[in-house]
Amino acid sequence: MSAEPVATRELALAGASAPAVLPQTGRKGEIRIANVVKIYGSEATGVRAVDNCTFDVPAGKITVVVGPSGCGKTTLLNAIAGFHSISSGTIHLDGALLCGPGRPKADPGPDRIVVFQNGALFPWKTIIENVAFGPMMQGRMNKKEAFERARAMLAEAGLRNLEDHYPGEISSGMRRRVEIARALMNDPKVLLLDEPYRALDSLTKSVMHEALLETFDRNQVTIFFITHDLEEAIFLGHRVVIMTTRPCKPKKILSVDIPHPRDYSVLTAKRFREYLDETVEAVHEEALKAFAAGERER
Amino acid sequence: MLLGFALFLAFWYLTVEVWKLPRFAQMPGPTTIITEWLSSDPTYGLSIYSPEYYQHIWVSWRRVSIAFLLATATGVPLGLFLGWSQPFKEYVFPVFELLRPIPPLAWVPLAIIMFQGSETPIVFLTFLASFYATTLNTMLGVESIDVSFIRAAYCLGAKRRQVFWHVVVPGAMPFIFTGLQISVGVAWFSLVAGEMVSGQYGLGYLINTSYTMVQYPTMVIGMITLGIVGYATSAAVRIFGNYLMQWRTRELGMGGDK
Repeated sequence: MSAEPVATRELALAGASAPAVLPQTGRKGEIRIANVVKIYGSEATGVRAVDNCTFDVPAGKITVVVGPSGCGKTTLLNAIAGFHSISSGTIHLDGALLCGPGRPKADPGPDRIVVFQNGALFPWKTIIENVAFGPMMQGRMNKKEAFERARAMLAEAGLRNLEDHYPGEISSGMRRRVEIARALMNDPKVLLLDEPYRALDSLTKSVMHEALLETFDRNQVTIFFITHDLEEAIFLGHRVVIMTTRPCKPKKILSVDIPHPRDYSVLTAKRFREYLDETVEAVHEEALKAFAAGERER
Repeated sequence: MLLGFALFLAFWYLTVEVWKLPRFAQMPGPTTIITEWLSSDPTYGLSIYSPEYYQHIWVSWRRVSIAFLLATATGVPLGLFLGWSQPFKEYVFPVFELLRPIPPLAWVPLAIIMFQGSETPIVFLTFLASFYATTLNTMLGVESIDVSFIRAAYCLGAKRRQVFWHVVVPGAMPFIFTGLQISVGVAWFSLVAGEMVSGQYGLGYLINTSYTMVQYPTMVIGMITLGIVGYATSAAVRIFGNYLMQWRTRELGMGGDK
């Protein structure tokens, strides 16, 4: 990772102006977000959370959405997941309409699985019951099959010997990893991660990042990742979408040409720093706006 | 805990038997009570040796058990549906809230008119207070469930009915058991009210008759017995709850790393 190509600077600049809309590929899990608007409350007086937002989430890649807290990026994720409706625009998943005109809200389903900010492993079910939950509910597997598959899935993720514990008994970092294993049990088209590592300390976070990248390298599942941490975004993402503060829409789209598999040595690489330098100003600008707006609201 | 009891007994002993404060003139002291309670030949005819004593406990306990089980069997499902279904709540909850403030004592005449004999009215009164506590806590339990759990279940492909059984019921469980503990407490509370009005046995009846017959030590024995039996039943509910919610006990045992 330390060997830097000569043309670093040019590559970085080429990445900085990545197109919002991409040509279609054969992989599953491609999301196309087009002109999406979300207004909370009435058209005239309501809060405009998302405004005319257009960008693509390419299949089989990690797309990270960065923006200041409360900018409306979670609203977007909730629309894709099917928890919230949108006011106008369309969202397609692999060419099929998730939500759009005449169908304001998508149905939640196992093709798009959310990993929540505070974690949502069921505390009353053991780890293995949690992981086996999806296929059993869908009636795809009986209990024995689901447990076997879950055990294999946990082993693959390096989470052996946790099966019979309750989520409350393991560390929060472990819980996040179990939750991702639970999601992958359903063979989803896309994983939607809503600031999953926000509450973790920075040391645990770095372990989580490597675990997530490892999982990605194994499964090549499309990942839609929300964060307000720019360093995290560039470290994880193939594609980083920097959002404006409320109303939320892409301010800058960046494709990060650091090859996968990545590890933590990337953080000190010159190219990584250049990406960071290039984007930090844009993010800071939005953070300032968000801060000022927050002050006004009060 | 022992120190607390010791202090309480000492206070009782000092106020009644040593200082003989005027307010406490009619009150029997702890030594009188204890000798009476443990005597094989009690002055007022009731101690741990008399079968009648156990008859009173048994009758009261049976009434509370029936009422408590009925209240649980109806209150838990009602509370679950109130919390789970908004339309159902809109129909039922206002009526529920209107009936709830009516104290069990106010139901006494109606209960006597409505039900035959002396047993059913008492059970009914005991049931009422229990039922409100259970229903309300269960409903709050459902409403307190983190929406992420429900969303996660839908994401993982669960149907509405499955979400109800796998998320709503276990998620409300801690509140349900808090409710049941309160419920068993208020059951004893309204039982005594009912027994003072009618019936021939029971601890409430015992307290009331010993009062009218100026058997004050027996009256206090009845009160202490109520305390002990009430404590035991609510401890039993708690133990059963902890058994059902091992995930929670183990989590709390970990020191709450959240």
